[in-house]
Order: sequence, then C-alpha cells, then structure tokens
Amino acid sequence: MNVLHFINAFFSDGAHWHGYDGIPQRLLEHVRYTLLALALATAIGLPVGLVTGHTGRGGNALAFVANAARALPSFGLLVLVVLLIGFGLLPVMIPLVVLAVPPILVTTYEAVRSVDPSPVDAARGMGMRESRILLRVELPVALPLILSGLRSAAIQIVSTATIAAYVSLGGLGRYIVDGLYQRDYEKVVGGATLVAVLALLTLAVFWAAGRLAVSPGVRGR
Amino acid sequence: MNGFFDIPSDLQHSWSGLIGLHLREALLPVAAGLLLALPLAQLCVRFRRLYPPVLGATTVLYAIPSLAFFVVLIDYTGQSELTVMIPLAVYSLVVLVPAIVDGVRSVPGETLAAATAMGFGPVRRYLQVQLPIAAPAIVAGLRVATASSISLVSVGALIGNQGALGNLLAAAQKYDRPELAVNAVLTMAALAILCDALLVLLRTLLTPWMPRGTRRPRPAARSRRPEPEAATR
Repeated sequence: MNVLHFINAFFSDGAHWHGYDGIPQRLLEHVRYTLLALALATAIGLPVGLVTGHTGRGGNALAFVANAARALPSFGLLVLVVLLIGFGLLPVMIPLVVLAVPPILVTTYEAVRSVDPSPVDAARGMGMRESRILLRVELPVALPLILSGLRSAAIQIVSTATIAAYVSLGGLGRYIVDGLYQRDYEKVVGGATLVAVLALLTLAVFWAAGRLAVSPGVRGR
Repeated sequence: MNGFFDIPSDLQHSWSGLIGLHLREALLPVAAGLLLALPLAQLCVRFRRLYPPVLGATTVLYAIPSLAFFVVLIDYTGQSELTVMIPLAVYSLVVLVPAIVDGVRSVPGETLAAATAMGFGPVRRYLQVQLPIAAPAIVAGLRVATASSISLVSVGALIGNQGALGNLLAAAQKYDRPELAVNAVLTMAALAILCDALLVLLRTLLTPWMPRGTRRPRPAARSRRPEPEAATR
C-alpha cells in the first residue's frame, strides 16, 4: 500500500469523474480561483512595478511593502478574513492577492531597473516619449524576468488555493480536506496529485508563454 | 480585546509555548535546508553542467503545494512535527541553492586568483573568501526562506494540530473566537519581521567592509537575479 497504489485507486474510480464533486468540476473551480487572483494581483503589481522601475523612485517603499506582505501568513489571513466577513469568494481572494502581489511587484521593478541603460538612452535620443520607452524598449527586454515573477506568483496561488477548501469553498483542496476528515487517504493523495500536476502545468504554460512572447533577440542572450 | 491570550486548553500549550514551538518548527527546517544547500551549491559551482538539471529539479519540487506534501508524508512519518518540517526544509533548499550559487559565482575571478596566489587551498579559499563575499546573497535567500517557513508552519494545523500558532486558527474557527485568529496572524507576522531584522543584522555583522548607513541599495552590489523566489504557500 504505497502512494502510487492510492493514486491509481483514486483515478480509476469512476465516481470521481462526474458530478459536483467530480474531478472536472473541481479542476475548473481551482483554475477559476487561480486566474481571478492572478488577474487581480497582476492588475495591482504590474503597473506599479513598471512605473516605479522606469522612474527608479520608491524602491525602498516597495521593498517595505513587499516584506510586510510576505510576513503575513496566508493561511492565517484566510481564516481571519473568513471569521470577520463570512464565507464567499472575496475572503479567499484577499489572502491570495496579498500572497501574489509581492513577487510580481518586486520582480517587475527589478526587471525594469536592470535593463541595459544604453538602448534606453538611444530611444530617448531618438525622441521617443517616456511612455513609449517603457512599453517599446524596457518592457520587451525586461519580459523574461517579469514572466518569472508572474510564474512564481501563479504557482503560489495554485498551491495556496488548496486551503480555500478549509473555509468551505470548492477547488482541488476539497479532496484533501474532505479526505483528511473522512480518513479517506486515497482521496487525499488523489487531490494532492491533482494540485501538483496543475502546478506543473502552470510551469509549462509560462514556459510556452515565454517562448511565444519574448523576442528572439532578448532570448538569445 | 477580551480573551486575547486565553488559549483553549486542548492546544496543550501557553501562548509563549506556542511561539517556541512555532519557531522550532519553522527555523530548524531552514537550518537543515542551509546545511544541505551549501554542499549542493558548491557542486553546482564546481561542475557547471550540473546546475541546469538541479535548477529544474528544484523548480519542480517548488511546485508541489505544502498541503499536498504534508499529507503524502503522513503515510511515512505520521501526524508529527517531522511531517511539517521535511517539506519546509525542501522549500528552504529550493530557495537557497540558486541564491548561494549566484552569490558564489559573483565572486570576481581576480579575487580568487589573488587568494590562490597567497597560498590559499581550495577549502580555505571557499571558507574565507568565497563564502564571506557571497554572504549578502545567501542572507537574502535565508530571509525569503525564513519568512515563508514561518508562514507555512500554520498550514500544519490542517493535518491535525501540528501547526503551532496555526492551531490557534483552527481553534478560532472551532470556538468562534476571531480574537484568537487575530492573535495568531499578528504573532506570526511579528515573528517573521523579527527574524527578518535579525538576518539583516547578521548580514551587517558578516560584511563589515560594506558601507553602512546608506539607505539607497547599491546597484553594483546586486546580483543579476533580483531576489530568490519566495515559496510562500
């Protein structure tokens, strides 16, 4: 009776494949939480990181905010927010966004800061406006690092969305939490496997996005 | 707030007892991760071809969620502290290896050549030249690993009372006492900030040659990799 045996038993049980507690439904819920939280965190972190990175101001304030957000335990925040404002999607989004903003913000800032200054000066000399310099010169060069920040945020969200099940939401964490309480180890291991696979798929998606979006000239270096 | 420090008796610990437990469950894995990461990173520096596969393997390990990791380990180590600490040590390792490799690699070649010319053997050169110069990068990795470790211990509450301060969160739900959750979150945040401050102090002590009192970070002292990826789940 090892882990592989449990995984096999979980996935070969037909009852796990349909209905409100079926794998497709739970997977869809998990992906939905992840995309929503990632979109919110990107909407906050990316513009702020780009602008502060471009102007080079506010680096200390940024580091302070990122450190403070990192000190907050996501699981603790989740339980606290649920106790304070009740069940729902919003209390789950708050800790997930707090978790995902620091990596996006800090990596974007550092990525734009570390762009080679000579092409930026050349663009300025050619008369490009500051907004165009940011979007047409700095952003493409900084893109690989920015994507790595987004990737690390996405993986953290995928993993942490698991604990949403602890406060009665759906998602793949449902199997883990329910399985633990029902002493159904097969379910627990199956859920854990699904989350790990989803995290690896996220890695693959970001790898593909990097191949598609990063200019060959930047990638080749 | 009323009953802020009234810890339910089923946790079998006082508030300060929980803090001690939490620190032990969070910091021992970071120390274990550092002990494993140092030789592994040195191998990666020595044999350059080893680094890409090691980096790939650590990225995959980093993708495994903590809760999934915990429950898979229950089969082997039971619902014990060890079940919580093993994954945390792995996550620390994942954060620390790239940080140390980048730090050690950033030591200038002339510095190494000078050390060799002064008669330093490889071991002494590593201990007295490479490690001290890499110290800021290593401490940066330790800061991320420590913060995430302190946060992640609380998830241990989900596998049956192994979450130290995280158990307060479970108790807060069970007895409908939000003040216990506030207590847990604030205490964990305070512990994270305190440990972070201690690590910054450690870096200052370890690198006496760095200029002090400069609030602006020096771009030259930064490595190309901006900061180790956090592993906070």
